[in-house]
Amino acid sequence: MLYAVTSMTALGLGLGLLLGLAARKFHVETPPIVDEIEALLPGTNCGQCGYPGCRAGAEALAEGAAPVTLCPPGGREVALQLAEIAPPECGGGAADIGGMEEAEPMVAFIFEDHCTGCTKCFKRCPTDAIVGANKQIHTVIVDACIGCDACIEVCPTEAIIHRTKPRTLRNWYWEKPDQFSVEGEMRQSA
Amino acid sequence: MRKLSLAGLFNPAQVFSFRGGIHPETRKHSSECAIEDMPVPSLIRVPLQQHIGVEAEPIVKRDDLVLKGQLIGKARGPVSANIHAPTSGRVIAVGHFTAPHPSGLPVPTITIRPDGKDEWGPRLPRLRPENATPEEIAAKVAEAGIVGMGGATFPSAVKLNLRAKYELHTLVINGAECEPYLTCDDRLMRERPEEIADGIAIMARALGVKQIIVAIESNKPQAIEAMGRHNRALGYELRIKTVPTQYPMGSEKHLVKTLTGRETPARALTAELGIVVHNAATAHAVHLAVRYGEPSISRVVTVSGRGIARPANVRTLIGTPVAELLAHCGGLVEEPERMLLGGPMMGLPIQNPRVPIVKGTNGILALTRSETRDRDIMPCIRCGLCVQACPLGLTPFELNARIQASDLDGAARVGLLDCITCGCCSYTCPSNIPLVQTIHFAKGKLAEQESRKHQQEQAKRLAAARTAREEAIAEAKRAAMAKRKAEMAAKKQREAEAAKDAREGEAVK
Repeated sequence: MLYAVTSMTALGLGLGLLLGLAARKFHVETPPIVDEIEALLPGTNCGQCGYPGCRAGAEALAEGAAPVTLCPPGGREVALQLAEIAPPECGGGAADIGGMEEAEPMVAFIFEDHCTGCTKCFKRCPTDAIVGANKQIHTVIVDACIGCDACIEVCPTEAIIHRTKPRTLRNWYWEKPDQFSVEGEMRQSA
Repeated sequence: MRKLSLAGLFNPAQVFSFRGGIHPETRKHSSECAIEDMPVPSLIRVPLQQHIGVEAEPIVKRDDLVLKGQLIGKARGPVSANIHAPTSGRVIAVGHFTAPHPSGLPVPTITIRPDGKDEWGPRLPRLRPENATPEEIAAKVAEAGIVGMGGATFPSAVKLNLRAKYELHTLVINGAECEPYLTCDDRLMRERPEEIADGIAIMARALGVKQIIVAIESNKPQAIEAMGRHNRALGYELRIKTVPTQYPMGSEKHLVKTLTGRETPARALTAELGIVVHNAATAHAVHLAVRYGEPSISRVVTVSGRGIARPANVRTLIGTPVAELLAHCGGLVEEPERMLLGGPMMGLPIQNPRVPIVKGTNGILALTRSETRDRDIMPCIRCGLCVQACPLGLTPFELNARIQASDLDGAARVGLLDCITCGCCSYTCPSNIPLVQTIHFAKGKLAEQESRKHQQEQAKRLAAARTAREEAIAEAKRAAMAKRKAEMAAKKQREAEAAKDAREGEAVK
C-alpha cells in the first residue's frame, strides 16, 4: 500500500514538474492582436469560419490567412470592427465589406413533427439555446440562438432550418425612406 | 414688441418660449363638438401592451365571463400597467391580434364579445384623497392601470412615485394639445373642469408638491376660462397659465421651458428640475379611479379629418375597433389617403381599420389627399430652415446626411438620440426631404444594433458558461476515473497481500 501511494505521488510530482518546465521553456508568445481580435468575435466557437473555434479564427486573421469578413454570425458589424484593427496583409478590404449584405439575424427553428427527441442538437448547441430531453420535442430559445448552423448539421431528421429572426414590436423600426440621390438622378437621365 | 412689454413680467409664459418650433394650421374642426358617448361595440379587443414597459400578463381564459372593470391583465414588473375589461361579456380569444401600430405586427390581445348589458363588476375600493397617504394614491393609480393619456402611455403611478428620488416642487398639467386636429383634451377641460381639477389636486397630494400650473395653449380660450373657474381643489390652488400656440408645446420639456424658462438637461427627466408633467386627461382618469373606483377603461378620442363624415369627440371604450368608431361618426365620405392614430405630426399610420383603440389613442384621423403632402423630394440646398425649426437645437440636415452615409455613430454624436421626432424639420423643409422619417429609421436601427451587441455579449457569456460546465464535467469524470483506478490498485494489492499471506501461511504449515 505505502509503496503504491509513494510511487504514484512521486510519478505525479515528477511529471508535473516536467510539464511545468516544458511550458516555461517552450512557451509560444501569441501576438497581443490575437487577443484583441478574439474579443471582437462572438466567442461561441461555432466553427463557421472554417477554423476550430474563435481563437483559431483570430490567429488565422492575425497571420493574414483569413479575411476580415470571416465571421458570418458577426456579420457586417464585426467585419467593420475587425477591419479597424486587423493587419493590412489580411484579405477582405472595403469592397468586400461593402458587398456584405446587412444580414438579417438568423435563428434556428425546429419543425416539431419531425423532431424525434434525439438530443443531438441540444448537446451540440454552443450557447445552450436549445431546450429538450430524450424523446421530448426540442425547441429553440430565440433570444439565445446565434444562428450558427451547428444544430442543423447534426439533426438526423432534418427537422431544423434557418430562418430570419421573427420581428416583434420591440425590435421593429421604420424602413429607410427613399431620398433624392445624385447617382439615381444621373442614372435616370442617362 | 410684446415680448418686451411690462405685461410679460406678470405672465412669464409670454416672455419665455422655446426656440424653433412651427405654427401649422390648427384645423381643429371638432372643437365645437361636445363629447358624446359611444355605445358598446360588437367586439372588443384589448391589447395587453398598451403602455411603455413590459406587457401585462393575461389572467382570464377563453370562455370566461368577465364584468366591466374586472382585471383581465396583470401588470408585470415595476414599469407595466394593469388591464381591465372595458365591458361585460365573454372572452372569446386570448391570443395575438394586429397591433394598432404601423408595423401591423401581432400583439397579445384579449378579445371580448360584449353581452350588451355593460354590467359593472365590483369597483376598486374607493379612497378619500383628503386623508390618503401619497403611497395609497399612487397604489390606487397603479391598480386602476392608468397610463399617460397624452399618447406617451408611460405608467402614471411610476411618475407619481418620483418624489422618492427627486425633490419635487411643481406639478405641471399639460393641456397644450399642440397637435393640429386634436380636440379631446380641449373638450374634456371645457366640459369636466371640476373633475379634472380634483384629479390634479389628488396627483399633487401624491407628489407632495406645493405649486400646480395648468398650461393651456392660447387657442383654447374656453378651456382656459373653464379651468379658471375651477382653480381650487383639496386646498390647492391651480395656476392656469396661457402658453403661446406653437408646435411642439405639448412636449413636456418644451412646456417646462416655456413656463419656467429652465431647460431640462439632455436625456434627463423634468423631475431633475423638481417638476413633474401630467396630461389633463390623465388627471381626469385619476379622479375617476380614486373617487369612484373606476379603472382606466375608456377615453375621449377625436375623430377628424376631411375623410370623416361627421368629425366628433367620442368617449369610447378601450378596445373598440377603429372601424366601428368611424362608422359611429358617419363613416368615411372619401377614401382617405392616410389613416392615422394620433395627431398629424406624430401620429402612427395604420393599414388595418380593425385594430382597436388603446389607452394612448387621442385621435383617429382620416386625411384625404388635400390634407397630406406627398410632393417630389428634391436635393438639400442647405437653407437651414430645419435648423431654425428644430425645437431641440439640432441640425436635421446634418443628421440626415450622416444617416444617408450609414454613419449612425456620427449621427448619434450630433444629437440623434436627443431628437424627439416631432417632425418640425420635415414640415418646414422646402425640398420635402423626409428628415424625421429618416431619423425614425436611424433611431430604430441604432437601438437594434445596441440590442444586438447586448445579445452578442449574452451569447458570449452563455458559451463561456457552457465551456466551463463541460470542463467541470470532464474534470469530474477524470477524478472519478482516477479514484476508481486507485481503488482497483488498492484492491489488487490487498488481494496480492492476502494471497501472499496465505502462501506464507501454507509455507509455515
